[in-house]
Amino acid sequence: MSRAALLVLADGRFPAGGHAHSGGAEPAVAAGRIKDAATLERFCRGRLHTAGLVAAALAAAAAAGCDPLLLDDAADARTPVPALRQVARRLGRQMMRAARATWPDPALDALAAARPRGAHQPVVLGLAARSAGLAPLDAAYAVAYESISGPATATVRLLSLDPFDATAVLAHLAADVDLVARQAAAAAERVATEGIDALPAASAPLLDITAQAHAAWPVRLFAS
Amino acid sequence: MHLDHKDTFPERYTYSAAAPVRPDGTRRALRIGLGGPVGTGKTATVAALCRALRDELSIAVVTNDIYTREDAEFLLREAVLPPERISAVETGACPHTAIRDDISANLEAVEDLEAAVGAEGNGPLDLVLVESGGDNLTATFSKGLVDAQIFVIDVAGGDDIPRKGGPGVTSADLLVINKTDLAPYVGVDLEGMARDAKAQRGELPVAFTALKAENGVRPVADWVRARLAEWTVGPA
Ligand SMILES: Nc1nc2c(ncn2[C@@H]2O[C@H](COP(=O)(O)OP(=O)(O)O)[C@@H](O)[C@H]2O)c(=O)[nH]1
Ligand SMILES: [Mg+2]
Repeated sequence: MSRAALLVLADGRFPAGGHAHSGGAEPAVAAGRIKDAATLERFCRGRLHTAGLVAAALAAAAAAGCDPLLLDDAADARTPVPALRQVARRLGRQMMRAARATWPDPALDALAAARPRGAHQPVVLGLAARSAGLAPLDAAYAVAYESISGPATATVRLLSLDPFDATAVLAHLAADVDLVARQAAAAAERVATEGIDALPAASAPLLDITAQAHAAWPVRLFAS
Repeated sequence: MHLDHKDTFPERYTYSAAAPVRPDGTRRALRIGLGGPVGTGKTATVAALCRALRDELSIAVVTNDIYTREDAEFLLREAVLPPERISAVETGACPHTAIRDDISANLEAVEDLEAAVGAEGNGPLDLVLVESGGDNLTATFSKGLVDAQIFVIDVAGGDDIPRKGGPGVTSADLLVINKTDLAPYVGVDLEGMARDAKAQRGELPVAFTALKAENGVRPVADWVRARLAEWTVGPA
């Protein structure tokens, strides 16, 4: 296993479309729920332990070799609002493009053929991690980290927040990322014996509601 | 695990501009990027090109707005092309990232347009124009996204822009200096601009345009026709 492959996959500059998405930070900033580093940290902690955990577990399960189409259905079931399902599939398609160019693998080709409009992004990322020779825990780490680095980067652009403060927020949350990644990998491991329902289904209703509303904003900086 | 791959650059999977051939073996549409600062006339150039060329070529447009779908909506309102030939990409406050560092959303938009127009039974596209969201003088298109790029500046931005250079001015395949009709009002010396552009660009072409005038886009349209002629005969 190459640990460096994880750095490539988790790099914010990995060209898979993430830069155009705020992970719910744009509506939270507009509503005044994120207004400084402290509130950004609260937002990120909440997202990490809900949407982040669910996504990390899906990725870990895909990296562990679970059927990606079953996982894709499980992701749909865990994503109640259409706007976020659409975003997850669009980002999944972009991740697929980057992954097939980076770590070519027949398993990626098969999923791309079965879901030409895109599978859910964490499922594709998990499969990409597998193609890169990474472990389920690595995939969980990449997704858990992405669930907070996305909103933090977006908030720097939206609020002109001091980038050092935003990065310190990510550092404060490192132990939480460790915890969530381990929970996610453990759940993925149980899928073999308990089936897909072993995966967590934590939800963040406010993220869902604001994402759906944001999709209809006539003027916005981020796609989600 | 699949760690040992002989093909290091499997472009056939990505259909980026590095792969000029469609899966069925035919040559895909020529992709031309239009970049340059906000307000210089990129959307106006796209609209005028569509009007000038749509009777002879099958065209589609991708816009990259900074926010909203302003440019796409302008093109729709002006009815320069039917709506299924216009697609808007959202760029997350970083228009240059979407055309250079992470081109995945733009590639998807281009491919979806190719598929949508093909599905209508209108045959394949000849030309896809990709307009950037308007950025600074350093923003350029990735070669993975477009085959050629046009950089649009205007005389109202001041006659020192060609002298200042930057990657768009110095290396774009065509430099368009637009709004020459405004030169007398802003006290700009067009000959000086031409000299400075020549000094920066050597043999690379420069077109002066006044898009508000009848047929004002002509030099750009002629350049596009010439690129397309080269593209069509190019090695598959
Ligand atoms: N006077 C004059 N105005 C122009 C010309 N070309 C474009 N414009 C105007 O300049 C403004 C900005 O043009 P637009 O195409 O939206 O710029 P973009 O931001 O680069 O896409 C619009 O109001 C156009 O009508 C021109 O040649 N002369
Ligand atoms: Mg424009």
